[in-house]
Amino acid sequence: MIELLAEMLSYKFLVRAASVGLMVSLCSALLGVTLVLKRYSMIGDGLSHVGFGALAAAVAMGASPLGLTIPVVVAAAVLLLRLTDRSGVKGDAAIGLVSVSSLAAGVTAISLSGGVNTDVSNYLFGSILAMSESDVSLSLVTSAAVLLLFILCYNRIFAVTFDEDFAKATGINTGLYNMIIAALTGVTIAVGMRLMGALLISGLIIFPAVTSMRLFRSFRGVVLSAAAISLSSFLIGLTLSYAAGMPAGASIVLVNLAFFLIFSAAGRAR
Amino acid sequence: MAALICSGLSVAYGGREALSGVSFELPRGAFLAVVGENGSGKSTLVRTLLGLIKPSAGTARLDGGLTRRDIGYLPQQRESRGDFPATVYEITISGRLGRLGARPFYSGEDRREAEKNLRLTGLWELRSRAFRELSGGQQQRTLLARALCAEGGLLLLDEPVSGLDADAADQMYHLLRELKEKKKTTIVMVTHDLPRAAEAASHILELDGGQRYFGESASWPGRKARRNGND
Repeated sequence: MIELLAEMLSYKFLVRAASVGLMVSLCSALLGVTLVLKRYSMIGDGLSHVGFGALAAAVAMGASPLGLTIPVVVAAAVLLLRLTDRSGVKGDAAIGLVSVSSLAAGVTAISLSGGVNTDVSNYLFGSILAMSESDVSLSLVTSAAVLLLFILCYNRIFAVTFDEDFAKATGINTGLYNMIIAALTGVTIAVGMRLMGALLISGLIIFPAVTSMRLFRSFRGVVLSAAAISLSSFLIGLTLSYAAGMPAGASIVLVNLAFFLIFSAAGRAR
Repeated sequence: MAALICSGLSVAYGGREALSGVSFELPRGAFLAVVGENGSGKSTLVRTLLGLIKPSAGTARLDGGLTRRDIGYLPQQRESRGDFPATVYEITISGRLGRLGARPFYSGEDRREAEKNLRLTGLWELRSRAFRELSGGQQQRTLLARALCAEGGLLLLDEPVSGLDADAADQMYHLLRELKEKKKTTIVMVTHDLPRAAEAASHILELDGGQRYFGESASWPGRKARRNGND
């Protein structure tokens, strides 16, 4: 086991992938608690498709992948949040429209630029080889910013998540905090989807929160447990994928599923 | 000295006039019950007092040194909070949010205030319990403790006893009377709970889209009618 880990650590690309992955896992777990509780889980899913479209377009145009994806996904996050806030049912459909349109745009961009099939597969299912060194530093900086903002806004995020009317009445600009949550989610998804893939990144957002809620009863407990579950799932998943030659993104989601089943059973037994 | 003054207040909401011609002056330390049928403008009045919607005519203003930040608000209970993971303590201290200013975290004073209000509402022993596992009465008292953390002289309660059984409602009224007598808190309570609310309150505001009655509770004409009726 130790030999295996030592061997993994000797590969620079793996260390790079792991450092970005751990940061993304942490950010997505923290934001996921709010998104799940606010019934915004589908926004994460929609955003990952937007991210796919933006990434494909960036590669087709020869632009910096993250340089284009981050602003596009953040803008989409703010837009989707507004659509969802205005009217529940229509917002749901709006997410669907935005997400399939982005998928279609992405696939078109890839095929027009004479893209190969493996590219599409990498975007959809993720690849730990996808990240260049400049990508890694940009990812680390942005996720550190997400983390810092989340910690500084923790009490306000709790209030806005638990009871928006009350928060508004105490003078909190709830619209602003919803926007911050959406923007941070956009950044996290844009950074994490290269590693996890557009189809799997939303698992990082939804699973840790839902799993933690099976067992923990306080908001802080759920937040801390979600962070721990997400980090462990990432490390176990990455090791499994290396040892057994499985795709990384899929392994991580499967480990998350295992945690969910264990926590559900434990929650029921209690 | 007045706590709250409305003069010629009209509010249009979603394209129609939800409330018009409301004028009254509520003295400090009064306990006002706002009554009326569904759609009579009670919630509109609450949202206007909170500054969430603007009047289309007239004014609603706080007086006697009170500002909007001194309002402790207890919103109407909604089902959707059902499975939210949060402890009694986490919810109560979030009432101090309006006083955070630029600070990111709560101070010792915020924690002392939360403890004081949890003891006052009889919830200190339950502070680590999950909100979703409490009874309806305990949940309402938690939200009252949060409102108390926020208030600086005025409590604004939207249907605080709806859905509560008789014992829990009694406990809530008892707490409110105590706050009024000991802390001289001004209380504005929207309610359907008649005639009990009319007995607990010092003043009544009856709405029917406009202002049907404002004055002392003892001389409210609806009081007798209600008692003989089936409400």
